Amino acid sequence: MITELLVFVFLASAAVTTAVAMVLQRNPVNSAVSLIGNFFCLAGLYLLLRAQLLAVLEIAVYAGAIMVLVVFVIMLLNLGDEEKLVERFTMRTLLASGVVLAFALEMLYLFAETHVASGSQQMHSDAATIGTVESMGFALFSRFLLPLQATGMLLFAAVVGALILAKKPTA
Amino acid sequence: MSVPLPYYLGLSAVLFAIGVIGVLSRRNVIVVFMSIELMLNSVNLTLVAYSAFLGDITGQALVFFVMAVAAAEAAVGLAIVIALYRNKQTVNVDDINILKW
Repeated sequence: MITELLVFVFLASAAVTTAVAMVLQRNPVNSAVSLIGNFFCLAGLYLLLRAQLLAVLEIAVYAGAIMVLVVFVIMLLNLGDEEKLVERFTMRTLLASGVVLAFALEMLYLFAETHVASGSQQMHSDAATIGTVESMGFALFSRFLLPLQATGMLLFAAVVGALILAKKPTA
Repeated sequence: MSVPLPYYLGLSAVLFAIGVIGVLSRRNVIVVFMSIELMLNSVNLTLVAYSAFLGDITGQALVFFVMAVAAAEAAVGLAIVIALYRNKQTVNVDDINILKW
């Protein structure tokens, strides 16, 4: 279907644009807004991949909870603009960009060679059914029950740790 | 015919590389932090794509747990940023060198 390809190209270019904008912008608030746009593009891509539950969670957890936390901290710290990219363009950033470029080319080469056993051209026939809330819920509460419980413990530990770290030291 | 798998993997590789550039080139701790979130998300895209093309739910369950860990990481990381700012009055990674030998 050509419409699906068009939607993919639109979402992919929007995702790359917002990601680049996130890295390049000097004001952290603008970076945060670009990253939220990126999360919405990724949620659209998850829908293209028939992962309904994860698309909703991407918006609710990432764009909703995590980014609100980030924007809140930016507000609390009252951060100003960083210096321009060209002004801090040193030998070190040049070297870093070279390494990243080589790394990205290697990943692209490896991924271009990818062949899934059932063929990488066609989505699996079960794809539409495995991403629903029903099947995800069934998997999480049966096969992945122990990791799910461990995640609960992890979130609890994170909340306690964050409180202790951010609390104003008394005495 | 749906969008081929290598397209998703290529997009995910590009997003990951942009995230690495952000971590290496930015000096603001919070922007470095957001670049890490971007890298986590690009890996999530790879997992969801493989999950859909192999018809296996494990990839999507793993993404679910990655999201939970990212939320925990965000809470603890931002608490560290606040504690750091309270002690050093800066979020510039070049000025935070107390453990540098």
